[in-house]
Amino acid sequence: MADGGDGSGDADGTGHDRVAPEDGVAPEDGVAPEDIVLERIEAFRRRRPKLRDDFINSAHGAGGKASAALIDAVFLEAFRNPTLETMADGAVLTLPSGERLAFSTDSYVVKPARFPGGSIGHLAVHGTVNDLSMMGARPQWLSAGFILEDGFSIEELRDIVADMREAAVAAGVEIVTGDTKVVNKGAGDGVYINTAGVGLIPEGVRLDPSLVQPGDKVLVSGKIGDHGVAVLIARGDLALEADIPSDTAPLNGLVETLLAAAPNTRFLRDPTRGGVATVCNELARAAEVSVVLQESAIPVRNIVNGACEILGIDPLYVANEGRLVAVVPPGEADAALAAMRAHPVGADAAVIGEIRDDPPGIVILNTHFGGNRIVDMLVGDPLPRIC
Amino acid sequence: MRFVDEYRDPVAARACVAEIDRVAGSIAEAKGHHLKFMEVCGGHTHTIYKHGIENVLPPSVELVHGPGCPVCVIPMGRVDDAIAVAKTPGTIFTSFGDMMRVPGGSENLLEAKAQGADVRMVYSPLDALRIAMANPDREVVFFAVGFETTAPSTAVTLLKAKEKGVRNFSVFCNHVTIVPPLKAILESPDLRLDGFLGPGHVSTVIGNHPYRFVPGVYGKPLVTAGFEPLDILQAIVMLCRQIDEGRCEVENQYTRAVVDAGNPKALGVIREVFELRPHFEWRGLGFISQSALKLRESYAAFDAELKFEVPGVRVADPKACQCGEVLKGVIKPWECKVFGTACTPETPIGTCMVSSEGACAAYYNYGRFTKQATIPVKVG
Repeated sequence: MADGGDGSGDADGTGHDRVAPEDGVAPEDGVAPEDIVLERIEAFRRRRPKLRDDFINSAHGAGGKASAALIDAVFLEAFRNPTLETMADGAVLTLPSGERLAFSTDSYVVKPARFPGGSIGHLAVHGTVNDLSMMGARPQWLSAGFILEDGFSIEELRDIVADMREAAVAAGVEIVTGDTKVVNKGAGDGVYINTAGVGLIPEGVRLDPSLVQPGDKVLVSGKIGDHGVAVLIARGDLALEADIPSDTAPLNGLVETLLAAAPNTRFLRDPTRGGVATVCNELARAAEVSVVLQESAIPVRNIVNGACEILGIDPLYVANEGRLVAVVPPGEADAALAAMRAHPVGADAAVIGEIRDDPPGIVILNTHFGGNRIVDMLVGDPLPRIC
Repeated sequence: MRFVDEYRDPVAARACVAEIDRVAGSIAEAKGHHLKFMEVCGGHTHTIYKHGIENVLPPSVELVHGPGCPVCVIPMGRVDDAIAVAKTPGTIFTSFGDMMRVPGGSENLLEAKAQGADVRMVYSPLDALRIAMANPDREVVFFAVGFETTAPSTAVTLLKAKEKGVRNFSVFCNHVTIVPPLKAILESPDLRLDGFLGPGHVSTVIGNHPYRFVPGVYGKPLVTAGFEPLDILQAIVMLCRQIDEGRCEVENQYTRAVVDAGNPKALGVIREVFELRPHFEWRGLGFISQSALKLRESYAAFDAELKFEVPGVRVADPKACQCGEVLKGVIKPWECKVFGTACTPETPIGTCMVSSEGACAAYYNYGRFTKQATIPVKVG
């Protein structure tokens, strides 16, 4: 067994500002030392992540723990209010008339701007439409802000805008206001788009992690990981060729169908950056429940699985742009599944897991193989392994 | 997935586990203690945790995680050298993804990138060479790490660079070899292992012959294993049977990829480009003679250590970090006194916590509930 701390303030010997370790593992009656360490880690893990960095790096935008720490320490700290603190995909605002609005914004910086199955234009519409849909809202109006780099091709911009129009028509929303800025060459990556959107929440619809209960079923609306792998391959810096189109799609129609079939649906979230794993972790923590997933039930294309296997990344963490994760009461699970499968965007929907009360705040995966493991929040960007 | 699902079949796994239980159970009873096998390769550690293999094994077998994660064995001083090269004006520094977060003495490559160094993630050294050819006015350096698994691709890249006459490309070579650390572990006085799961990827290059000293000199069986869950269980069965039958030899479970003589072509390019360094420092294991590769004289023009000012200062491992003991299998990750408190995947002190192949990161990320049986859920 390791000996205790050295008694100095610099407990880890690195001179870094870290959480000081406790002195070794003190024996406790009837509790194995390993279990004491595990309990300590759980307590540590469940603390809100702390921002330790002095400079922004790519991990702060990856949707994992570093992103959460940045949002907590910088944005929430400055803007704190009850609506923001729900940390949902959008804000739910109640009008004086009693009607409820959902309001959401998102920025799109994807590279390359065009990839199999879609473009930054499709994403910019679908992303905000989907964020509003996850609040149970019917998306109505969108804004579009463009940051363009000096020298960007007008023809390419026209193509992107045409994609946005096509996506907006398909989703039944209007782009009603916008903004354009041009930055110096080298100050941007060609084109960045921000969209914000507003939708109306029908009466009686309430979606919130706090409604989730043990026994509820976890569903996913289709095969996961297509978008992230499609973009990775489209970047062309991998010696990989595979025909994987992005899943980018509007989800408002699917949500309406789902809510009609399963009116007591508790929670919806689109697993974009950070993937299904991140959504399940956010749910587990917000609802103080355990999410138990069954690996064999999670729909993943063979080709996506293969690409992930080669790159050493886990499809559970890969981004999706046209999928949703739903939690529904057990009695409505069959109806929800049937309704989703009947919709073109949800043809490959599946029940992938269940809500448990113990261990709270944890996502567990029962592996194909008969074992199990924790599925934790991503620390930074998924980094491919060497071999 | 074709060629994958057959190696993840739960029914076959249960049969393997039953066999391990039967054979190891009776050996453990006779010996009065359970069997400890070290998986040498980080890829094995990853598979073991990813698929929850530890919690399907009977208590008569314990797996110990060895030094085979290429990221985990790089000492801090070499990371600092890499950062110094990356910060040299006009340089594009290229690295595999999982080296980017490995801590040096004061920062890692990602932090250096955030402060303006042009650090780029690549998936192969050939990508780095392509970047060099596309940027003739910049110096492009590839951070070469890894065992005999990745050394051939670095060697082939250097052959290509030479053939094409590329002058702005160099390699910061940290390639290491598997046999010397294996010897160092076997000579460790606090060793108590009953056998080894030999590294699969390395063996596709070097073959199985180089491991004959393990049973020959040290009296421990070694079975080269593949990376699918069933490969690992089957290799454990083979180790148990050797012990049960009083045999002690090198066996090959990974016959679909590994031949005893290795890959002569890959070995040939390694010999052409590299030679052994007299000494190299390993994280946690100290200096080991003739355990790493450097570029031969004929490739000096591509050697970043000759082309750049490399500080070459040795940085002592943080005193609280016990990566060395973890790598040697002397302690389990959770027994390290900073595990899970000061040292987490978010704030790694030791390299074992950085790479997902590292024993500590694997245990932290996947292993905390492995003692629980599968939790039944109804999804269909």
